[in-house]
Amino acid sequence: MTALLQNVFAGLALGATYALVALGFVIIYKATGVLNFAQGGLLALGSYLGYTFTNSLAVAFGIAIVLACASAALVGAAFQRVVLTRMVGQPVFAVVMITIGLLFVLDPLVTAIWGFDNLQLANPWNIQRVVAGELVLGVRDLWSIGLTATVVAAFFVFFRYSRLGVAMRATAFDPEAALAQGISARRVFAVSWAISSALAALAGITLAAGPGGLSPAIGLIALTAFPAMILGGLDSPAGAVLGGLIVGLAEALTRGYQDQLFSWAGENVSVIVPYVIMVLILLVRPYGLLGTAEVRRI
Amino acid sequence: MKAAGTVSGGRPHRNLTRRYEQDLRLFGSPWSRAGLAGLLLTYLTLPTVLHDDFWLSVLIYAGITSIGAIGLNLLTGFCGQVSLGHAFFVGAGAYCASVVGGDLGLPLPLWLLAAAALGALVGGLIGPFALRLRGLYLAIVTLGLVFIGEHLWRNLDGVTGGNSGTSVTAAAVLGPLDFDALNLGGEQYSRNQGWFWLVWSLVLVTALLAKNLVRTRPGRAMQAVRDRDLAAEVIGVSAGRYKVGAFAVSSAIAAVGGGLFGTYQQFVSPDEWGLILSVQYIAVIIVGGLGTVFGSILGALFVGALPALIDRYSHAIPGVSAGVGGDGVITVFALNQMIFGLLIVGFLVFEPRGLAGIWLRIKAYFTGWPFSY
Repeated sequence: MTALLQNVFAGLALGATYALVALGFVIIYKATGVLNFAQGGLLALGSYLGYTFTNSLAVAFGIAIVLACASAALVGAAFQRVVLTRMVGQPVFAVVMITIGLLFVLDPLVTAIWGFDNLQLANPWNIQRVVAGELVLGVRDLWSIGLTATVVAAFFVFFRYSRLGVAMRATAFDPEAALAQGISARRVFAVSWAISSALAALAGITLAAGPGGLSPAIGLIALTAFPAMILGGLDSPAGAVLGGLIVGLAEALTRGYQDQLFSWAGENVSVIVPYVIMVLILLVRPYGLLGTAEVRRI
Repeated sequence: MKAAGTVSGGRPHRNLTRRYEQDLRLFGSPWSRAGLAGLLLTYLTLPTVLHDDFWLSVLIYAGITSIGAIGLNLLTGFCGQVSLGHAFFVGAGAYCASVVGGDLGLPLPLWLLAAAALGALVGGLIGPFALRLRGLYLAIVTLGLVFIGEHLWRNLDGVTGGNSGTSVTAAAVLGPLDFDALNLGGEQYSRNQGWFWLVWSLVLVTALLAKNLVRTRPGRAMQAVRDRDLAAEVIGVSAGRYKVGAFAVSSAIAAVGGGLFGTYQQFVSPDEWGLILSVQYIAVIIVGGLGTVFGSILGALFVGALPALIDRYSHAIPGVSAGVGGDGVITVFALNQMIFGLLIVGFLVFEPRGLAGIWLRIKAYFTGWPFSY
């Protein structure tokens, strides 16, 4: 029982990170109708910037997080402004491919600047643990869950009550009608890229503060967040969070019980479990768990 | 007797199409026929002129990439289905060639056909998803395919040799011709020379097949599905059937490319069939031109030759190191990756029709001359 709870906790912590990244995907998708493959690159960039702020510039950890998120947001918004505005009216495929291009540019850029070595991000959490009954909870995991919960809550409040949030929802719903109401679509697009990149940077830093440390492979987590987002539904923020948690739990549980239950499926089967779950769910619900079914009219 | 439409006995202009047979010709004008003859001549004589193994192998890899890219272009460029899973089918073809050609020892046509059949079968399995999912959902499922495939390749030790990879011993023998050690009229040719002829003849076959496919009913149906699947269904095209068909044909061609790749390289490991290979194929068709067959070949030559050139001349480019831990700022691999990225972004922003678009523009200028505008 303790082992199970321990695995569930690990799954929640992992799922929280996925949820952050998936939420970033959904925000950009809702605003611009594009899937941002570069999220992984922005995540890596953000976490390495966090490393520079804490380790090289010796900024306090909390401030470093804010600075890294802000810089990532700036990069994301700049990319949207410089490149993607030229692509308005082009097919979705072309725009999606451009974000893949960006991913392949950011990745080598990060390794060119920071190298291939595994770096340790200076952080106050480290490997500290809290013991609750028989459970051993990592402080970083607790923070990761807490931060995600806060950000998600703040995000929902922002979307519901703030002027910009409502403008973003309106643009997502019908860009032309929103324009007619005097909403600047350009601003909404740039802001959604900024928010999404900041979320990616936050996810990257919480991940880099963990036992894995910081390595160029950190961006790969964004690829696992794809199933999380698709599973929840491309256009549903709540779905992204739900999908993130499901995928995180499933991955952690398969890893925890690899030897007892999943030895037949080969080593490291937990890596592909998110994709398998996604495929199975999509066969039953083609628009994800909470996504809006596309109405096709002649 | 004068044919209708001709005035004062003069011949009609060469651009005037008067019969259906003329309209159907792939190489209709004298210029394009001359171009075709030139290309065929180059194909036949190039390996005898160019002996350098490096350049021959670059061209062979470019040819193999062309085959795979034609497959992807049929699916993405003509049928409008985005697939990030092309690497999976290429890998499946390579292992199929390894088993059928290597372990069972069957001849070249058989292992190529076996690879194609397996590719079509596996591609057809994607069918249910292609029917139910659209656009980005489908793209992510095919992305999942790459990862699930990688897991399979790493764990099916018997076929793939697990993480450490397997050697491919399939023989490239067609009747009296052994392309590994070609002997024509007493003249002995090297492996690279033989493979150049083999691979590029297959590129020609694939290109003709694809070109004819897209001109016939299924091809037009595929393009209708690409442009708007709902409208296609209204005019009586069964969108589902052609989507599944496009997946099957595309992955069959990819698997043939994979089989050639594995056999030429003689060794394959699971690391090769990652997402980067899929993206490389996407870069090829974007750079070459979506929805054109010869664009796939142009793109493959361009994108295939570039990394080889960088690799060869890496010592001459400042700041580039040959491997991890070298002196430079950026490794060759990372630089290649970056260039793929920049090529994709650059072409989509500035020349969305790719190299083929540039070529068609030049051609249109001269065909319309002196009334070009």
